Amino acid sequence: MNTPTPKGWSRAQMAELAAHDIPDGSCVNLGIGIPELITQFVPEGRELIYHTENGLLGMGPAPQPGEEDPELINAGKKPVTTVPGASFFHHADSFTMIRGGHIDVCVLGALQVAQNGDLANWSTGEEGAIPAVGGAMDLVAGVKTIYVITTHCTKSGDPKLVENCTYPLTGAGVVSRIYTDLAVIDITPVGFRVHRLAPGVTFEEIAAKTGAALLPALAA
Amino acid sequence: MDKRLETLSQAVAGINDGATVMVGGFGEAGSPIELIHALIDSGARDLTVINNNTGNGEIGLAALIGNGQVRKMICSYPRSSHSRVFPELYRAGKIELELVPQGTLAERIRAGGAGIPAFYTPTTVGTPLAQGKEVREFDGRKYVMEPWLKADFALIKCEIADYAGNLTYNKTARNFGPIMCIAATTTIVQAKKIVSPGEIDPECVITPGLFVDRIVQVAEPLQESVLIAQGVSYP
Repeated sequence: MNTPTPKGWSRAQMAELAAHDIPDGSCVNLGIGIPELITQFVPEGRELIYHTENGLLGMGPAPQPGEEDPELINAGKKPVTTVPGASFFHHADSFTMIRGGHIDVCVLGALQVAQNGDLANWSTGEEGAIPAVGGAMDLVAGVKTIYVITTHCTKSGDPKLVENCTYPLTGAGVVSRIYTDLAVIDITPVGFRVHRLAPGVTFEEIAAKTGAALLPALAA
Repeated sequence: MDKRLETLSQAVAGINDGATVMVGGFGEAGSPIELIHALIDSGARDLTVINNNTGNGEIGLAALIGNGQVRKMICSYPRSSHSRVFPELYRAGKIELELVPQGTLAERIRAGGAGIPAFYTPTTVGTPLAQGKEVREFDGRKYVMEPWLKADFALIKCEIADYAGNLTYNKTARNFGPIMCIAATTTIVQAKKIVSPGEIDPECVITPGLFVDRIVQVAEPLQESVLIAQGVSYP
């Protein structure tokens, strides 16, 4: 019996791919989940400045156990630290940074991304669910570049990359690039275009798992 | 002018039924638990409360909501892994919710304090939260009009106050404090430490004293996460 060759990218590899695309010196806001892994994969010699919307620029890693400060937390309400040069500010200033276009890159998770860059990541519109949006709509409206990291399909196998989002939008036409477990895909004026396929993944296979037209990578 | 009061109950005196109350804090950082508990003791009802969240466990803001004193919440993220109080009341139709994106919430509060009745923001354009709101185009991009938010009272936790009302905060506990102080008719502050005017370097004042009306000292404030771990509920 042959051992199947592992296909696609792990969560860490998706984060690593995104980390390599963020320019040196960028101010970055990372969503909860896989995007948080990006901090572990910043290439040697590159420095990113992390913003957390509850009021800290220059966020450092999680503290050592026992060193947590309940008044030093991130937007996910987890204890963090500061790096030299960090600053604290109130919420209106924090969202001035976001809405005013002063943050360079934001990396978020997604429920659905449409071929025109529409993003849905805050609500499945389910009956009885408590609607909660936090800062996601401000981030996608204001940050210069929005990247999405997500599995290519849902747990039940439905495509997350679609013609039109069926879930309520977080923002319209905001996403520029998507990192999935199967490919890196760009949003272009003519729709989804493969930037790079994961090892062992064919274009035909990924096109079948995408809920909208998919263009092959441009020849290098 | 000396704005100090002796007790928490004096500090929250006059918060009437039906009042709109801004409550500082993001999660547990900056949550003025002692002032909220004094408000629970006061029995004021039918309140509209503005906070980013809806409280944790069964203490602080969650306890105020759980005690049936809040008619309406204005917030951005009314979910918490540590509290069922708000979701249960909301599903039962016993509390209203106005969901506002976090940055819009902050800017509406700031505008309220700054005397700006409305502003245009790109946030929510093309989403369900923009429905029914005025949209205008500036330089080829669409923006949604949002009105200011003001309150009758603000409950704020700070680190150091001088007794004239100048405030400093601690790390990310600052969050909504400075903007809520400016947007409320009566701003009530609990401070870990109260000093004499002049002891805070004017260059380091975060909230100037004219925005603050009442100060009460809470030298060793309770910490939400500790109370939740201990299973404490209030009252």
